[in-house]
Amino acid sequence: MYSSKYAISVKGLVKRFGSFTAVNGVSFEVKKGELFGFLGPNGAGKTTTIGMLTTLIGKTAGSATVAGHDVARQQNEVRQNIGIVFQDPSLDDKLTGRENLDLHGMLYGMPKGERRERIDMILDLIELKDKQDVLIEDYSGGMKRRLEIGRGLLHEPEVLFLDEPTIGLDAQTRRKIWDYIKRLNREHHITIMLTTHYIEEADYLCDRVAFVDHGKIIALDTPDALKDSLGGDVISLEFSGDAESMRKRLRSTRWVKNATVHEGVMDLSVRNGERRIPEVMAVAEKEGVKVLSVNLHKPSLEDVFIHYTGSSIREEEAGGADRMRTAMRSRNR
Amino acid sequence: MDVNAIYVLWLRELKRFFRSKARILGTVIMPVFFLLGLGFGFNSLVKIPGVGNYIQYIVPGIIGMTILFIGVFSGFQVLWDRQFGFLKEIMVTPNSRVSITLGRIAGGATTALVPSMIVLVLSLGVGFAPVLSLEMLWMIPFLVLIGVSFISLGLIISSFVDDPQGFSSIVNFFTFPLLFLSGAIFPMGVFPSSVQYVGYFNPLTYGIDGMRYALTGASAYPPLLDLGAILVASVLLLALAAFTAKR
Repeated sequence: MYSSKYAISVKGLVKRFGSFTAVNGVSFEVKKGELFGFLGPNGAGKTTTIGMLTTLIGKTAGSATVAGHDVARQQNEVRQNIGIVFQDPSLDDKLTGRENLDLHGMLYGMPKGERRERIDMILDLIELKDKQDVLIEDYSGGMKRRLEIGRGLLHEPEVLFLDEPTIGLDAQTRRKIWDYIKRLNREHHITIMLTTHYIEEADYLCDRVAFVDHGKIIALDTPDALKDSLGGDVISLEFSGDAESMRKRLRSTRWVKNATVHEGVMDLSVRNGERRIPEVMAVAEKEGVKVLSVNLHKPSLEDVFIHYTGSSIREEEAGGADRMRTAMRSRNR
Repeated sequence: MDVNAIYVLWLRELKRFFRSKARILGTVIMPVFFLLGLGFGFNSLVKIPGVGNYIQYIVPGIIGMTILFIGVFSGFQVLWDRQFGFLKEIMVTPNSRVSITLGRIAGGATTALVPSMIVLVLSLGVGFAPVLSLEMLWMIPFLVLIGVSFISLGLIISSFVDDPQGFSSIVNFFTFPLLFLSGAIFPMGVFPSSVQYVGYFNPLTYGIDGMRYALTGASAYPPLLDLGAILVASVLLLALAAFTAKR
């Protein structure tokens, strides 16, 4: 047993594919028992980071320890102590649910008795006992995902990695998976690191969240602290025409902490937002900007993300996917 | 080296194989066409010196061919596993590439025995008359080692080729020359001597010659030489397969 209080410790981790830098010097620590999230658009470098931490991808620079073991020098020790649920499905569809678990247990060298016992326990936990002898090809998407999460836990790992655990699932199944993840963390004290590009997922599940964009961590804190960092409320103005001079004018006032424009909406971070709306409207009139609607709300993680990157995850997504494609093309050349 | 991992990957291949009736049928169909087409076609036209009629000559060759095809195409399983993500599940476990490769080869070599035995039984129906004796037991090491050699070759190809179409064409590029330059269908004597030399470097030549000895008592080389040659080829190809296995 390692003594450090950190389950994961990462310093200056870098991964380059040719000329494309997928992960550009990330550093963070995950405490034992923590539920830690990597939030960012597709192509931000989340999966690549998980790949390096789980020893599947070699790093270009930096260092990382997982469960007290160095990911480059102690691959087998790291592998023995982690569980992973990949972004894409990774079950054998010609085997039954129970056979998939059994195969996994054997690959981790679990003795027969212990295997049977743990598999029964896991099947209860993920509520798939009545489907254990059904072939995976006849499972639904949600059932497969639950089985994969259960499989990741079978060999009692210290750290569980979940790469986009609810991608492609319907809202109801997603909620169920969230509850499993939370229970695993709270009741079974498993350290979990997950990646997601769903804001609500990170907000609902994670003790601490790291915003990842262009291979870098741009903010890292608890969801509440991140929201507080915006300084109060968010006023969102939908407008038509050019609002740049209005934005500059508002930004220069003392009471506007931040002002960003994206997709025809201006977001203002202010305290006591309800009292500031008349003033904002007055500025708009003076600057000749036509305001179509006004919305006042407490900041969400989405607002925080926009604050730090200047665009929403969805907008980033398009750019990220392009970057990824370009990188792939240059790799194939 | 992890015996557990080898065993469970072997078991997985067996389960997948026996659950797919189409797959079993598919592995038998091509050899049976060769057996019927070539066997019947040439039986009345061709006599092979030292062996007798053509059916006697070609059946060991067809059995070798069955394993060759299954073996090289078993690399497809790796592509399949990569496609369906299962490869990552295997690769992230604390097992060496050597054990993982050994597990796949053990599974493939075992499943290849089933179609080759089916072909042997069917060949009795078209007039094949094996020489019944204890010498028939020689068949077992040759069946297994042909399997090990060419499953390894299939795995090696799968390490370099990602897309299924590319894999199929490259596999065909290997299998047909290997087949025709092995003495499986006709004796190597029909070729100019320069081509015959190529046959000396073909592991299948020795595998099939050994099979022929086991089933008919006639062979071009002594069975121990055949066994030695295919054993060396299996070990080399297996080592290369373990070395090139990645991700």
